Amino acid sequence: MKITLRIWRQHNVHSPGSMVSYDVDGISADMSFLEMLDVLNERLTITGEDPVAFDHDCREGICGMCSLAIDGVAHGPEGLTTTCQLYMRHFSDGDTIDVEPWHAESFPVVRDLIVDRSALDRIIQAGGYISAPTGAAPEASATLVRKDAADRAFDAATCIGCGACVAACPNGSAMLFTGAKATHLGALPQGQPERGSRALAMVAAHDAEGFGGCTQIGECTAVCPVGIPLDMISRLNADVLSALGDPGL
Amino acid sequence: MGAVTTGLFTVGEPIRDTKAPAGPVQDRWEARRFGAKLINPANRRKLSIIVVGTGLAGASAAATLGEAGYQVTSFCYQDSARRAHSIAAQGGINAAKNYRNDGDSVRRLFYDTVKGGDYRSRESNVYRLAEVSSAIIDQCVAQGVPFARDYGGLLDTRSFGGVQVSRTFYARGQTGQQLLLGAYQALERQAAAGTVEVNTRHEMLDLIVIDGKARGVVVRDMVTGTLETHLADAVVLASGGYGNVYHLSTNAMGCNTTAIWRAHRRGAFFANPCFTQIHPTCIPASGEHQSKLTLMSESLRNDGRIWVPATAGDTRNPRDIPETERDYYLERAYPSFGNLVPRDVASRAAKNQCDAGRGVGPGGRGVYLDLGDAIARLGRSSIEEKYGNLLDMYQKITDEDPYQVPMRIYPAVHYTMGGLWVDYDLASSIPGLFVIGEANFSDHGANRLGASALMQGLADGYFILPNTIGDYLAKTQPSGVVDESHPEVVATMEEVRERINTLLSINGERTVDSFHKELGAIVWEYCGMERNAEGLVHAVALIRALREEFWSNLKVTGSNEELNQSLERAGRVADFFGLAELMCIDALHRGESCGSHFRTESQTGDGEALRDDDAFAYVAAWEFDGENAPPRLHREHLDYEFVELTQRSYK
Repeated sequence: MKITLRIWRQHNVHSPGSMVSYDVDGISADMSFLEMLDVLNERLTITGEDPVAFDHDCREGICGMCSLAIDGVAHGPEGLTTTCQLYMRHFSDGDTIDVEPWHAESFPVVRDLIVDRSALDRIIQAGGYISAPTGAAPEASATLVRKDAADRAFDAATCIGCGACVAACPNGSAMLFTGAKATHLGALPQGQPERGSRALAMVAAHDAEGFGGCTQIGECTAVCPVGIPLDMISRLNADVLSALGDPGL
Repeated sequence: MGAVTTGLFTVGEPIRDTKAPAGPVQDRWEARRFGAKLINPANRRKLSIIVVGTGLAGASAAATLGEAGYQVTSFCYQDSARRAHSIAAQGGINAAKNYRNDGDSVRRLFYDTVKGGDYRSRESNVYRLAEVSSAIIDQCVAQGVPFARDYGGLLDTRSFGGVQVSRTFYARGQTGQQLLLGAYQALERQAAAGTVEVNTRHEMLDLIVIDGKARGVVVRDMVTGTLETHLADAVVLASGGYGNVYHLSTNAMGCNTTAIWRAHRRGAFFANPCFTQIHPTCIPASGEHQSKLTLMSESLRNDGRIWVPATAGDTRNPRDIPETERDYYLERAYPSFGNLVPRDVASRAAKNQCDAGRGVGPGGRGVYLDLGDAIARLGRSSIEEKYGNLLDMYQKITDEDPYQVPMRIYPAVHYTMGGLWVDYDLASSIPGLFVIGEANFSDHGANRLGASALMQGLADGYFILPNTIGDYLAKTQPSGVVDESHPEVVATMEEVRERINTLLSINGERTVDSFHKELGAIVWEYCGMERNAEGLVHAVALIRALREEFWSNLKVTGSNEELNQSLERAGRVADFFGLAELMCIDALHRGESCGSHFRTESQTGDGEALRDDDAFAYVAAWEFDGENAPPRLHREHLDYEFVELTQRSYK
């Protein structure tokens, strides 16, 4: 296969960026999208050009490090897929493909296709945990968890923190990410004592980081590589509302 | 042996672990904890600790030490601590809770682990690992890790390779992810509390040793290229394994050896570098472009039956091959363990089938893992429930539907049991340098049982290191105030700068990746699933020649003062060269087969690994003796008081 790539090149956060075209041939359908970029980078290096910087690590769809808006869609055209698990068999010979970094106010471009997603860590720091000091925790089987609650918690906990939801949202909102964490911990008995304060603190941190509000458009769930559903945002909103009315908080 | 190893290494004094107490094995950890000096909370605030790596071991250690009141500084090369490669572990975590009443106990987990490691691990360490395993589950459940539950609300378990009990706790096929998120959240909680400073996109490039003690690190800010020195009263390396020396492995692309290799060059002994686990259930490579290999959890072996066509060259669609013309070779050769034999046995058996021409898929490098019977017996939804995400991943990568067609698997490099030598306190041979998780050599011996890596990472990080590091800090008076102007700090920084400048100035014609691929192919060929003396000697010569070319013909674009991914990789591959050579020398000197180390010269009549306990019941700890000097071997003899050394058999 032969592909034309139009890639966003930007040296650092301070410099302007632009789209640059590259022709890449010898692409096999069994290559992942990132392996195709590896091929391009090898060629650029040999000719003395700077290779394209992009984030990636596990290449198994689980670490959440890879990003890329491909033809304007976060993680590309396939549903429920990270970029590292996107294969060239989904493209056609002769295609022109646009490759850009996540676009969001709260994710400044670091270089080329790499953005700074540390705002998501700061939302977790604000309250995305259960306070359980290391030591003599209660015997695990002493806390019974209904299977549906455990499954619900698990579904929410599968969020990989890649930031696609933010990149896809017209408001640049990270409410799907935040809602997933609130739902994960809020579904479990261990998470109840901090449920209200957690929701308030995470939403406050979310807003302080410059993420936009949620207007229930649903673009986030459309691109989420692990299928986090929209109702997790409703769950978070419900927790915030009940916490606001909680005289104890 | 003498002739082939001449000149490749020298032999130094034997060493021993001086921290493990004597006496009944079940009382040793309690005795050590009571014997360790304590530091009162007010004084802990004055003590600083650097933790490199934020995987299960690093994140849990940093969080726990921060909570205990030390000043902790944490580093990781990823953009978030949550992305450490522990996140990719799929299958589960072992614990001796005996929830199934199937005869499990701390003693049995201890026994299985020592046996699984082919009697090349320390009894004291392994017993302690089994002992704290239950507390890990309790801790993680308290943090909100959503382990699988049954309908009564209790925790569910499953069984794993190499054992006959059901002691593996799991969270679908994403156990590593859930455990890591638990530790990551604990870490971020401490970051918010101000007890831990988390530095992402920072890579450790060297260790600072002052007056014989580890006192800090040199790190590179990977966004700006700024070299920084960070000083502390102790340094903890939790930087993971070095399987990427093979280029293709199941490790994340960024996993590397630099932190431990640089520490090795500063005086830390490197133990058993040749013990590399090859995982039997990976997706086979599809072509030259392959950048990494993807693992399928071996929990699939609970329900999947492994087979090849009985006749070599049978290329029929697998569903058209009748039962009578299939060879379920593991069930046939190992009737009592069947498809659940340990990883080394399963991997070598697959290789042997493919070498005999019965392999399937591209290049005949694959065997079938068939869920057909299980789907017929349990129903598709039950299989989806257990393994859904794994099967989806398989389909994405191969474009084949594993519910319809048997999956194809082949062994791949997965986990390195070797690493920096540590004593019972997890202290390296450099005072003040502690090493935890996959980065150290302890606990797994020559082979690792499934679901034990997560257990060791969290045992080290939550429960063991936080108890032992205090003893060191309490007994060691910080040797005066050390600041950035100390000559050793300046000199170490200068060496790092020099190395970076050299890499950038070679201006040759080959890319970093081309060298990495070639190096990996050498190590895989000669120091992979099977090794022999002739091949290993040849490999050392090939590695040295390629290293020479690397330093004269490498091309790295750009500069240090920017985000430069080629430069990052160049530094890592440079260190893989030294490690690859040491791995081959270690594999060469160990003239026995054991665990993951299979020497063709040492096998039983029916082709199983043949150990030589009289000659090799020791840990091989290697000392760096200088740039062009052969490494020095220190032997730590292994005593077995509680487990009888027997030939492993899974038949």
